Amino acid sequence: MSAPVGQGDFTSGDTARRKDVPNVFAIILQRLLLGLLTLFVVSIIIFAAVNMLPGDFAQVILGQGATPEATEAIRRDLGLDRPVVLRYFEWLGGALQGDLGRSFAQANFASFVGADAAGGTTVLQQIAPRFANTMFLAGVTAAIAVPFAVGLGILAALYRNTVFDKGTNVFALTSISSPEFFLAYVLILFLAVLNPILPSLSNIYAGMSLGERLERSLLPALTLTLVVTAHMMRMTRAAIINLLASPYIEMARLKGMTPMRVIVRHALPNALAPIINVIAINLAYLITGVVVVEVVFVYPGIGQLFVDAVKTRDIPVVQACCLIFAAAYIVLNLVADILSILSNPRLRHPR
Amino acid sequence: MNVWLWALAALATLLLAAYALRAAGRAATAGAPAFRDMTFAVAFGYVLAAAALAGGVWLWVQPGAVFFRWAVQFFAMATAAAFLFRLAGRHVGTEATRKAFRQMPLTAAFGLLTILLYAVTAIFADILAPYGQSEVVGAVNMLPGGDPATGGDPAHPLGTDQIGRDLMSRLIYGAQNTVGIAFATTCIAFFLGGSLGFLAATIGGWLDNLLARAVDVLMAIPSLIFALLLMTIASAWAGNQQWQLTLYMVIIIAVIDSTRVFRLARAVGQSIVVMDYIEAAKLRGEGLGYLIFREILPNATAPLLAEFGLRFCFVFLTIAALSFLGVGIQPPLADWGTMVRDLAQFINFAAFSPLAAALPLMAAGAIALLTVAVNFVVDWMLHRSSGLKD
Repeated sequence: MSAPVGQGDFTSGDTARRKDVPNVFAIILQRLLLGLLTLFVVSIIIFAAVNMLPGDFAQVILGQGATPEATEAIRRDLGLDRPVVLRYFEWLGGALQGDLGRSFAQANFASFVGADAAGGTTVLQQIAPRFANTMFLAGVTAAIAVPFAVGLGILAALYRNTVFDKGTNVFALTSISSPEFFLAYVLILFLAVLNPILPSLSNIYAGMSLGERLERSLLPALTLTLVVTAHMMRMTRAAIINLLASPYIEMARLKGMTPMRVIVRHALPNALAPIINVIAINLAYLITGVVVVEVVFVYPGIGQLFVDAVKTRDIPVVQACCLIFAAAYIVLNLVADILSILSNPRLRHPR
Repeated sequence: MNVWLWALAALATLLLAAYALRAAGRAATAGAPAFRDMTFAVAFGYVLAAAALAGGVWLWVQPGAVFFRWAVQFFAMATAAAFLFRLAGRHVGTEATRKAFRQMPLTAAFGLLTILLYAVTAIFADILAPYGQSEVVGAVNMLPGGDPATGGDPAHPLGTDQIGRDLMSRLIYGAQNTVGIAFATTCIAFFLGGSLGFLAATIGGWLDNLLARAVDVLMAIPSLIFALLLMTIASAWAGNQQWQLTLYMVIIIAVIDSTRVFRLARAVGQSIVVMDYIEAAKLRGEGLGYLIFREILPNATAPLLAEFGLRFCFVFLTIAALSFLGVGIQPPLADWGTMVRDLAQFINFAAFSPLAAALPLMAAGAIALLTVAVNFVVDWMLHRSSGLKD
């Protein structure tokens, strides 16, 4: 849709060049459609992967003691005797309307206690509160991590090549390359066991006051902060240092501005594009990191539900969680993409 | 609220001290440039560092701060070992390695030394470990230390686990299993991603487009989530065969990570393919194999080597995370991620028995240490090859 801009084609008039430059909204629309397409293909992959299961759902539900009659009955109930493509579109249509199916474990439980299977909880009812919890945790983490990382990055750029800079660098490398559970247990050891400041279990339930929720989720949020800070900090530092050789920074320095003012007032606004980009990418990374951290702290979020469902092979829940994680990941990457296009006009021109 | 008041008071004291330090320095040296041009932030930094040092000394003499003393001792020993290793490297070896050691920062020396130690432990685990990894050697004795006076068993310095297997042997075998499996997985991922990436870059056209789009889609799913999804299915395929599940895990993670390798290999390959010497080789009528192995590969070694280190870290951390979640490396094999999960509850006893609480941290720390070491080395290699001097 966007014709390449003629390199070195300076003879063409102003109007002609303006026609070549694609509209920002067109580019953003293109990215949005591309993201939607990716999400669609990802949903196909998830569905196809689940349908690679040996046997089928019916046998998975019933386990080892499946009789042919029972298998047949469940197969009919779930509509497994119909073609795969049809089932995929039914699943997708349902998912779009918020109907993610029924959990096997819950259905099993319902039939065990003799209740009507339809009376059991749907996957959506299971996921919705946990999704809110996970978003809360991610929000708290972002609120701590982003200012911390950007501030540390600015300081590291200001005092570059000093002991402070090298110390921060080693700290960043160490925390980025440690597994999440190591950081989590170290924090538990020092902040919950040896010095009982924060609770080590984040059992959050509905109707809790905000202050209590914050206190309970502070330790997982701190762990995640350590995980994501390093990358953001290093990118902030690199982005600012990249700019420090530019003539206008030289000018600001020659005017007699203090180094701090030069960086905050002159370098930072121009370095904002890569910084925002890396923040969005790290928030996307948070989606993955949240799984392990939620398990460590027994935080009732979507990650814990996902791991439990993986262990019990609760296929509808696995499918739904996977779709949500992938969607969140794609959306955040899309946001990073669009923000960097908006903040950096050079990216609007295909090279 | 009291805590905040204290913090505020401490901050005010530090700020005052910083101001006093600068003023005193100026007065004492009659305005020497070092003090005259010192900004307030720098003065504050010095005061903060001094306060941190004093706090560290204070913490060191506290009787309860066992873990802090261990951490400081470990840090000091690691620094000394890295320094000696670098010193030895500067005097032993060929001219090229001696030169490399002369320019090496201490962090990279520490990384190299750690990687060497891990490799030796992994290769000679059978000789180093006093017992077998799944051998039930005696009564359950969770008390580490091996001191009979406190109820320990001298034969098992770190104690035994819930079903009586020697924990020290399992830690050592963990190096072989966890690191070995991660290394094998990375090699497969590199073989797959690297060869496909170079192939796509060299041939181009529809194959390039097809592979690149497929990889784009696969990369749109977060890797840990995708691995967990596929492990669900693999666990159904494997049934009760535990070793099969481990094998499936290796394949799954290798395929997922090969997409990242493919991206890099393709990008590097594309920038090499447009070079004149490739053109010349094509005109000579060289085949595809010659082009890839004799022309492209030697010129892509530096970025690929760095990527191998980073990729190994990611694979290693993914496998550890999967094992920690209980769907990775399966039980009879000793493995660090599983050990962390099994021993995690002992952290709650830190106040009574620091050594028992250190056990899960040792397994987790073993994972962290290797990834940190690899990252230090890769960081240095990238810095050296890019010639970046900020």
